[in-house]
Amino acid sequence: MNFQKRLLRAEPNFRLLAKLWQVNWLYVLLICVLAGVGYGALYSAAGGSAHPFAGPQTIRFAFGLVMMLCVALTSPRVLVRLAWPLYGLSILLLVAVLRMGHVGKGAERWLIVGGMQVQPSELAKIALVLALASWFHRVSYRRMANPLYLLPPALMVLLPVGLVLKEPNLGTAVIIGTVGATMFFGAGMRLWQIALLVVPVPFLARIAYAHLHDYQKARITTFLHPEGDPLGAGYNIIQSKIALGSGGMWGQGYLHGTQGQLNFLPEKQTDFIFTMIAEEWGYVGGIAVIGLLMTMVLGGMLIAIRSRNQFGRLLGLGIATNFFLYCAVNLSMVMGTIPVGGVPLPLISYGGSAMLTVMFGFGLLLSAWVHRNSRFGEAVTDET
Amino acid sequence: MIRRRKTMPRLMSRPDTGNPSRAVFTRRALVVLGAQMAALGALGHRLYGLQVLEGDHYARLAESNRVNRRLIAPPRGRVVDRFGIALASNKVNWRALLLPEQTNDIAGTLDRFSTLVPIEARDRTRIEREMRHKRRFIPIMLRDFLSWDDMARIELNAPSLPGVLIDVGTTRNYPFGPLLAHVVGYVAPPSEKDVTGDATMALPGMRIGRAGIEQTQDALLRGQVGAVEIEVNAVGRVMAELSRDEGRAGDEIALTIDSGLQQAVLGRIADQSASAVVMDCRNGEVLAMVSNPSFDPSLFDSGVSQAQWVDWTNNERTPLINKAVAGVYPPGSTFKPAVAMAAMQAGTLAPTDRIFCPGYLDVGGTRFHCWSRYGHGSLTLKDALKFSCDVFFYEVARRTGMEAIAAASHAFGLGTHLDIEVPHTRAGLIPTPAWQRGRGQHWNGGDTIVSGIGQGAVQVTPLQLATYVSRIATGRAVQPHLIRSTGGRLVEGTDPAHWPGLDMPDAFLMHLRTGMFAVVNEEHGSAPMARLGIPGVQMAGKTGSAQVRRVSRALRESGHFDSSALPWEYRPHALFICFAPYDAPRYAAAVVVEHGNAGAAVAAPLARDIMTDTLTRDPANRKEPPGQVVAEVD
Repeated sequence: MNFQKRLLRAEPNFRLLAKLWQVNWLYVLLICVLAGVGYGALYSAAGGSAHPFAGPQTIRFAFGLVMMLCVALTSPRVLVRLAWPLYGLSILLLVAVLRMGHVGKGAERWLIVGGMQVQPSELAKIALVLALASWFHRVSYRRMANPLYLLPPALMVLLPVGLVLKEPNLGTAVIIGTVGATMFFGAGMRLWQIALLVVPVPFLARIAYAHLHDYQKARITTFLHPEGDPLGAGYNIIQSKIALGSGGMWGQGYLHGTQGQLNFLPEKQTDFIFTMIAEEWGYVGGIAVIGLLMTMVLGGMLIAIRSRNQFGRLLGLGIATNFFLYCAVNLSMVMGTIPVGGVPLPLISYGGSAMLTVMFGFGLLLSAWVHRNSRFGEAVTDET
Repeated sequence: MIRRRKTMPRLMSRPDTGNPSRAVFTRRALVVLGAQMAALGALGHRLYGLQVLEGDHYARLAESNRVNRRLIAPPRGRVVDRFGIALASNKVNWRALLLPEQTNDIAGTLDRFSTLVPIEARDRTRIEREMRHKRRFIPIMLRDFLSWDDMARIELNAPSLPGVLIDVGTTRNYPFGPLLAHVVGYVAPPSEKDVTGDATMALPGMRIGRAGIEQTQDALLRGQVGAVEIEVNAVGRVMAELSRDEGRAGDEIALTIDSGLQQAVLGRIADQSASAVVMDCRNGEVLAMVSNPSFDPSLFDSGVSQAQWVDWTNNERTPLINKAVAGVYPPGSTFKPAVAMAAMQAGTLAPTDRIFCPGYLDVGGTRFHCWSRYGHGSLTLKDALKFSCDVFFYEVARRTGMEAIAAASHAFGLGTHLDIEVPHTRAGLIPTPAWQRGRGQHWNGGDTIVSGIGQGAVQVTPLQLATYVSRIATGRAVQPHLIRSTGGRLVEGTDPAHWPGLDMPDAFLMHLRTGMFAVVNEEHGSAPMARLGIPGVQMAGKTGSAQVRRVSRALRESGHFDSSALPWEYRPHALFICFAPYDAPRYAAAVVVEHGNAGAAVAAPLARDIMTDTLTRDPANRKEPPGQVVAEVD
């Protein structure tokens, strides 16, 4: 029994081509536009050359685009089955990276698999979204009130969060935790349960902090306030603000941003790519990019809302939220609002791991769109 | 655990009704979406603040990031003597530099370089230190002051010395070396203290004046610093030149010094620890200012070694101190004309008054001795000056009082800060009862008596003595000065008419001059050795032998007192002040030989030779002294 036969049996009205027609091409266009902005920015980051950033990135994007469309056409039934192995694999990789990973700048950890750098924490985000969506898909709204049904998914969130914290990568851990929490919220977790969890947190934190050793407290302080190190993270933030300011309303002109072109801007092809865009294109360019990102998030959320199965809804919510968090954390970081590092701007920043996982995520989102009217295995009621 | 029911899809036949999940999800998703849009909106607002509202502030910071001002050191102005002979100039300095980024094998290059031109161990450690601290495109100095041979060897082997380049800089050159070290001074690299204050101090090769004219005229000599604005990238590499301002070269400063005379004076002083000042007494121009021993001013350019420094500071003959302005000595008998002037002005002494010298004067139970044990008998002022009788001036001082003496001394320039263009001048001291009270001590009558012969607490500098004798000779309040012109413009004061007359009757001054004439030229005068050998030209002068420690009465009366048998540092100083020609005063001179024992025997002949040289030196047809042919950069 081959894959296509099963697929056609599940969705008898779809043929592969028809399914392709169903893909939300407007959203694909948005993705391509954003990648185009990324190409232009990377071209400038290399001082007006496709080498070494823009060219390889385009190849990755093309690869990612094909992968995205493949995932988009995959039935949610298959995706549900994929969820657990993928989640297990991501946890295994997270453990592996702790054991034998390479520590890059800051705290990003990666493994080298067949000559390619793999960041397991990137994969873990998508795998968690998939796993949580699969889980909640099978829990009816009534059962959501029962904490017993919330305990396993909570552990599913805490496991990767704990492993990523141990790397230690606070930024990614917070993103994973927030994506998980948003999905709990969307899945219909009761508000009183949320209140019960959230209210004691500050007190517990204070008690825990009081029991820490002084050196542990100091470690937390430096973790939260890297600007205490002016030549480290503080330098980057200052240079980034200077670059933004020198962009002004209309920008210094493409390829003419002094901060970026003269290398004052650190990590301009990765974390600080937005700063470079805003320096060269000004506030007008910067707000246009932010508008584009907002449209992407909005589109993702609307796709989620349009889905008639809980799996698709939660998948959409998780992917859109993950994308939103990437953008929000990166933008806050380059504007000096929050002091973390190592979070790229999706589709624009240079980097393979993030590009592929983001494209994989968009594939899931588009799959939710393509199969928005499909019903399968959803627990509507809990009667047995 | 929950199990999936096969029947479930069938229950879902109607769209969504009865499924609370979707409704709840939609509501909550909209809440989440709202929050997300708000967050991104807030970031957009923040971007507006950073880029548009505070944009100017950050744009300025960006400009300062990008544009680097590099300063250009203008050539330092020369210092020349009154005839235009260079006393301080700039010398080309060929240096070998290493650009680390142009060689892959720094150690190998260094080794090959040192086989051609030796590198001292000290330099080697410096080079290694700089290599660690400087960026790879900033050149490191390997060796400076390369000879033509060195350069030829380096150029010939250039292919095996990647990264080595030859560069031209300048260093300060002092053609006369120690001769004018105290007057011209020297330059040295700025200290860390200087560097923090002024950006120009960080210039490579920057030197600032540390002594003498180099120090006091530093601003003029330094000129206007130029600047290049260059665009640099984040690691400081130059990308483009935006603007260039060459700056303005430092002014040339011409001194009043006659370097030939200066050489002659130093030659006559030879190895004595002494100081001599020769002035044009009509306008105060200092023609020679010698302080011996001296030092080599060029040593300061590259840093003085510890051993050299200890050697200088431990030397009892104080080579680093300009004795002409900072050496203070009791004037001894050279002070007597000032005391006489005070007395005549106060009306306590008429020129015809006679005072009897029995060889001593008793005041308040203390006996003050004359230098002559047998006394000088009855004396007028002129004879008292001629014989340098102590008792006469004891009595005159007693009658006149210290305040009047101090006032007259100050009018002559003694014990005052003379406004001369070298630093670290000392005022010396004319003690008064008020000064003594200020120290919490009582002024005794005896203090006035010993001050009357320039002993006790009285202290003056050789420059003050030269000024004093100039003022006696001309009756004008001339101020000594060392600068004749700056940047080609004559300074005020070269014209004698610039200087106002002293507030002293010329008749009184005339009595001092005749007394001083008698000292040198009359039979039994105290300084016959000071007579000039030039026909028709006479010199007037006054000797001084200033004790540096009290001679006990017992020793004096034993009759065996011989100061030349004392250790050097206890011998009296020998002083002589003079002016010439007597009938038309033109030059004044003061000579102080530290511990030279006797003014008449040591200082007077020295002053005579100096004055002879000064008078015979005809500025119109003198030849340029040899010895300053050096490459000069302007």
